[in-house]
Amino acid sequence: MEIVYLLIPVAIILVAFATWAFFYSVNSGQFDDLESPAHRILYDDDEDMIPEDARVKKASSSHSSEK
Amino acid sequence: MSNPKDTCFHCATPIPKGVNVELSIDGKQESFCCPACRAVTQTILGSGLQKYYQHRDNQQQERPTEIESEEQLALYDNESIQAPFVRAINSDRKEALFVIEGIHCAACIWLLERHLTEQVGVTSFTVNLTNHRARLVWNPSEKPLSELMAAIISIGYTPHPFTPNQEEKLYEQEQKKAMRRLGVAGVGMMQVMMMSSALYLGDAFFMEEHIQNFIRWTSFIVATPVVFYAARPFFNAAKRDIRTRHLSMDVPVSIAIGGAYIASVWTTITQSGEVYYDSVSMFTFFLLIGRFFEMKARHRTGMAGNELANLLPASATRVTETGEQLVPVSELNPGDRVLVKPGHSIPADGILFTQHTSIDESALTGEPLPVSKHLGDHLVGGTINMEQAIEMEITSSAERSRMSSILNLLDRAQADKPKVAKIADQVASYFVAAVLLTAIVVSLIWWQISPQDAFWVTLSVLVVTCPCALSLATPTALTAAIGSLRKMGILVTRGHVLESLAQCTAVYFDKTGTLTTGKLTLNKTTSLCELTTEELNQLAAAIESRSEHPIASAFTPYFAFSVEEATNYVGKGVEGTVKGKQYRIGKPEFVAELYKNDPPAYPDGSSIFLLMGDEFGPLAWFSIDDQLRPEAVEAVKQIQSLGLPVGMLTGDREENAKRIASELGIDHVESQLTPEDKLARVKAMQNNGERILMIGDGINDIPVLSGAQTSIAMNGATDLAKTSSDAVLVSSDLRRIPGSLNMARKTRNIIRQNIGWSLFYNLIALPLAASGFIAPWMAAIGMSLSSLIVVGNALRLTKQL
Repeated sequence: MEIVYLLIPVAIILVAFATWAFFYSVNSGQFDDLESPAHRILYDDDEDMIPEDARVKKASSSHSSEK
Repeated sequence: MSNPKDTCFHCATPIPKGVNVELSIDGKQESFCCPACRAVTQTILGSGLQKYYQHRDNQQQERPTEIESEEQLALYDNESIQAPFVRAINSDRKEALFVIEGIHCAACIWLLERHLTEQVGVTSFTVNLTNHRARLVWNPSEKPLSELMAAIISIGYTPHPFTPNQEEKLYEQEQKKAMRRLGVAGVGMMQVMMMSSALYLGDAFFMEEHIQNFIRWTSFIVATPVVFYAARPFFNAAKRDIRTRHLSMDVPVSIAIGGAYIASVWTTITQSGEVYYDSVSMFTFFLLIGRFFEMKARHRTGMAGNELANLLPASATRVTETGEQLVPVSELNPGDRVLVKPGHSIPADGILFTQHTSIDESALTGEPLPVSKHLGDHLVGGTINMEQAIEMEITSSAERSRMSSILNLLDRAQADKPKVAKIADQVASYFVAAVLLTAIVVSLIWWQISPQDAFWVTLSVLVVTCPCALSLATPTALTAAIGSLRKMGILVTRGHVLESLAQCTAVYFDKTGTLTTGKLTLNKTTSLCELTTEELNQLAAAIESRSEHPIASAFTPYFAFSVEEATNYVGKGVEGTVKGKQYRIGKPEFVAELYKNDPPAYPDGSSIFLLMGDEFGPLAWFSIDDQLRPEAVEAVKQIQSLGLPVGMLTGDREENAKRIASELGIDHVESQLTPEDKLARVKAMQNNGERILMIGDGINDIPVLSGAQTSIAMNGATDLAKTSSDAVLVSSDLRRIPGSLNMARKTRNIIRQNIGWSLFYNLIALPLAASGFIAPWMAAIGMSLSSLIVVGNALRLTKQL
């Protein structure tokens, strides 16, 4: 069981790192707008970035975003 | 018409009859309600952003505002006007903040960001969907700010310069701090729980003593920042409460957290007894979550108010010997001569220097028809010049204008506003005193029975009775309901709205601009010859097309061909030549002069009648009116079915008021009221114990909006009316008002259920904890479960749409 003497300090170091990362993201404003990034990902506006040979002809789809 | 659809392709509002604005999109003819909508669609398609129309939700949207004159926008290139909202990042980059009006879904954000980042000189443009704020970084040497603002306007949104005020910055700091605390408490809680479960299991499976000790010490290391950093707000608040001798929930919370932590540290050092680090962290975390929700609700209502307080700087054209100059209204002095174009508002009180014009005073008096003014007449600041460009001399500075006297009335009205009592606050104070007393009694009794158990039993009592659920009961329900209202199109700007809406006993409307659209429209055409009504309408539209008179705007939807020649006869009508024939529209006597005979008798009705005639005789009567909003009848019916009487307070003439009231089924009508009268009526009723909901839009409604217990301003209302009311009807759909009344009543029920549940839970849990059946960790779980039930119950409000 002596392995806990190594594992628990490692866990605490990881926790400290996670806390630091969280502080960093809060301070840099990543939590300011929690709504729009979730929607932004839904828009397929990357059509011109798809390589020519990988394009699939698709029937004109109609999206409807949720309420 | 080739398109069967009757709503506008861009803004989805119903297309007025006879309007024929079309555009071919992907080979399909699409119809629009106005040329402005078509222009917006053309711009959107022109920049390859047609996906917008697939992504957006299909609800009705605001119509795009008419593009402001480029000259006026150019004011924003002025350094001194830019100062409050623009900041230089480096030598060739500047940052500007805006609040964008007209955003209603995520597709709008996409459209705005795409369109703006494609502009020359723009480095980045980001829009926040939650608070509709935008941040623009651009290179001023490549493109002036005014052109970028014009680009936003060209796709149908209105940018308002935004200056974050002090309060706002504090909010942001507070929010970030709260999040960091929540993070520390959350991570700490998870870690300590893990180690505690090892300790619990260790008890059962004979864990070696030195490992148990080691785990206790590591738990101490993790729990310490939770207590000293995350839980600090509770200690600070408790200290303040003790100093001011006002008991709040922070006192027992601090005793529980502090006591449990100190006891645990003691047992860790002396290596004897239980540690409660897990309970401490868990308790802190759940309490912080509750506080976080509460803070969010508080900020959201505060923020909505701030958004509205940032108005466009008004500008005026000053005429000096050296020429014309566009200046901010605040720089106008008495004696200045200013030029006011048709459709623009009068910047301050003054005297007319032009022969004649007509002025729309509806904002001040509620009267929908323009009033005609002659040389030397007094003009009131804030009213709108309708007919032709005029010159006027300012007699008092903008702050001293009549509108400002209405503002003073507003201050007084706000002070008289009935207060809504905050029951939860009072309850909590007594509750806390009771909890502390119980805890002391319980600890004394247990001290007698078995001193070694006294500590944890007392701790359990403190934790289990923590009025967490009680404190969450109101804020969570309010947050959920305010969010739902926002989705419905009602922006709540004051905290008390939901409570006072639920208690409302009568609903009063303003007429012009609230129950009616506030725009003159052609109601009915009575043909007096063999021409069809459509031909007559088109003929009239052609003749009126050169006129700036507000009545002329009623004909614009029917415009089909142009007039060869037209002359305005001030106060009489218009004469025009179409296809070589001469026509007149206007007062019957004026038209009758053309065919040299007596005018026909007036038709029945109370609206405005215009006669059209040619050289041979009268052709048609046009009846022109301020139209009711299409949904007004239904909205009034729905409110009445909720058991609330509906009334109307208007500044307009009695016969107009009566007619509208009878169409809507409104029984209580008062007409020809001044702004002071309106306030007096509402106050008198409120003194009789009534709780009034007032809905209005104009400047004349401002005092009554701020004096009524609850008030809602229409979206088209003046900015001032919006800021002095408690909520804004963003969707302009009157049916949302009964909807919001319903929502408020549901919210009240949910709050009652929540308070009832949390009191019930505490009553059950307290005796159990006092008799020693509940360990501190069970108490913490019980407390959080009861809080979760309360939150879940509140979230039901978001589903009932």
